[in-house]
Amino acid sequence: MTRTTDSIIAAAVTAASAPPPTALLDVRGLRTWFATHAGDVKAVDGVSFALQKGQILGLVGESGSGKSVTGFSIMGLLEPPGRVVEGQVWFNGTDLVGLDGEQLRQLRGKKIAMIFQDPMMTLNPVLRIDTQMIETIQAHEKVSCSEARARARDALGAVGIASPEERLSAYPHQFSGGMRQRVAIAIALLHRPDLIIADEPTTALDVTIQAQIIAQVQKLVREYQMALIWITHDLSVVSRLADQLAVMYAGKIVEYGQVDDVINHPRHHYTAGLIASVPSRNQPGKRLFQLAGMTPSVLNLPRGCAFRSRCDHADAACLDMPELVSEAGHAHRCFHPVSDGGMPR
Amino acid sequence: MTKTVETPNEATVPIVELRQVSRQFGKKSGVVERALTRVGLNKPPVTVQAVQGVDLTVRRGTVLGLVGESGCGKSTLGRMVAGILPVSQGEVRWNGRDIATMSADERRAGTLRTQMIFQNPFASLNPRLRVAEIVGEAPRVHGLIQGDEQHYVDAQLRRAGLDPALKWRYPHQFSGGQRQRIGIARALAVQPEVLVCDEAVAALDVSIQAQVINLFMELREQLGLTYLFISHDLGVVRHISDHVAIMYLGRIVEQAPVTEIFARPNHPYTQLLLEEMPRIDTQNRAFPMLKGELPSPLDPPDGCHFHPRCPHAFERCRVERPEVKFIAPGHRSACHLNDEK
Repeated sequence: MTRTTDSIIAAAVTAASAPPPTALLDVRGLRTWFATHAGDVKAVDGVSFALQKGQILGLVGESGSGKSVTGFSIMGLLEPPGRVVEGQVWFNGTDLVGLDGEQLRQLRGKKIAMIFQDPMMTLNPVLRIDTQMIETIQAHEKVSCSEARARARDALGAVGIASPEERLSAYPHQFSGGMRQRVAIAIALLHRPDLIIADEPTTALDVTIQAQIIAQVQKLVREYQMALIWITHDLSVVSRLADQLAVMYAGKIVEYGQVDDVINHPRHHYTAGLIASVPSRNQPGKRLFQLAGMTPSVLNLPRGCAFRSRCDHADAACLDMPELVSEAGHAHRCFHPVSDGGMPR
Repeated sequence: MTKTVETPNEATVPIVELRQVSRQFGKKSGVVERALTRVGLNKPPVTVQAVQGVDLTVRRGTVLGLVGESGCGKSTLGRMVAGILPVSQGEVRWNGRDIATMSADERRAGTLRTQMIFQNPFASLNPRLRVAEIVGEAPRVHGLIQGDEQHYVDAQLRRAGLDPALKWRYPHQFSGGQRQRIGIARALAVQPEVLVCDEAVAALDVSIQAQVINLFMELREQLGLTYLFISHDLGVVRHISDHVAIMYLGRIVEQAPVTEIFARPNHPYTQLLLEEMPRIDTQNRAFPMLKGELPSPLDPPDGCHFHPRCPHAFERCRVERPEVKFIAPGHRSACHLNDEK
């Protein structure tokens, strides 16, 4: 990965001033921009969060909010024209932003793994499952083929696939969507990574299958003491899974905190609106609470708070970008935060 | 649009009725293949039982929510209701008349009255047509426009919550939510009575989903529309529907008014679906697990289709298909357990 001189200087300056990170993952001031003909698209614009071992972070946002790009930036999977222009990704005491391709390859699959939305895209359709799993193991460890195969079988069993021995010699198209996603999860877990980034892994699945997979992941994460970032647009999934929640809007985290605090006492009007517009929070048959308008294009963001054109409480102060203010571990980016009595009904 | 005057006949006859409707999909076998099959050199052709013996009634002005997992046949059913997919067996009746016995003209009028809204607003709009053409084409062809066509198109767009000034743009210039509104405007432009919404809000962001659901409810009130609302999302269905039908592997397993089905779910499958209904909840952190997956419709289990996953299954469920029976007024369910009590 190449970086501009500016960003190296900026990174060096911030790194010098910041205390050494103690968390497993510490993302600081991450900015990922995409150079286009129409100018820089600031897909991720100053995102910071930390994650301890064994913790689950829910990263919530609508399409275009920058949640997936955040995940890709941590993994070092950005493709040009995307690039990290500023910020650091501290993982186990190393800044991943500065690493070259080979160093990242050593980490990916071994220490950090990713689960994608569409398992049909993750798995190679012309290779059998065992070939793909053995390859993953041997990419990082010198083990014999039969030993790798045994580990692959155990991994399939751990994610709840019945008769793993027979299923090893099947091709991806012989699995259902839910089973394919289990295989993808099994591959991600092969090396017992410290961190898993899951990007909308259950969005394409039925609710019954979604519940099965989440329960399985929840169990394995606890068992192996892994950290997990669960990227989703669906608050109902993360409200029961995550420890912390970060809500993204137009490239920035607008609210961050313990899941109980964010769901039950949202401070940002966007979070509050999202929660209020879920049908099960409304009386059946009555008009749903709705957020007006739509997500602004990140190419052409308005001045100040990106949410202000959709916000009932916006005033002249909102023409400036509010800072992320933290009160007892619950942070929000709003000049006029929701007070507890003021939840939209 | 003028509201249809309800004659006593229209009030009693359901606007859409399905009687023992089935649909199979399979490859048409050629002469050689059939000959080979006869002499035992070829396997008989595989057919998928997408829909099996479904009875369904939609009354005028009501919303019927149709819920099921992917692959259960709910979209196939929706397409047969809309008349764009022929049935294999059974009858589809519009206003009490079997569409198989209709003349071509009657059939065309009926198809116009039943419009579909599709899931994917990116695939269901022609990318090479401007919005004005997408919305205006059908009513022009069918001679539904009295007066200026552009006025008519503007009115349709406004009703769907779109600014008519945008009508000379192409679909790719719109966001997902706006595109779904274009699809709604296109459907409304031919003055339908019934809308079949096939996962119409599933692809939309949460905040946009609420806007489109509100639009559906407003349109229902303004135009007296009837909906068949197909969705896998029980939260959405509960919000918008009057009646709910639960489908499992080609069959309707339970059907009841919305409050009844959520208060007293009878079929074990419905009960499990309700338990797994995603809700925003930070208290209950355990995920209930419905074991197994939807079996392949190529090889459905014998007896009750749900028995391999059912926690209450007993011997009879494995061999005998349960009948759909009334268990309370307006509440029908297909489960052998109801005979045991």
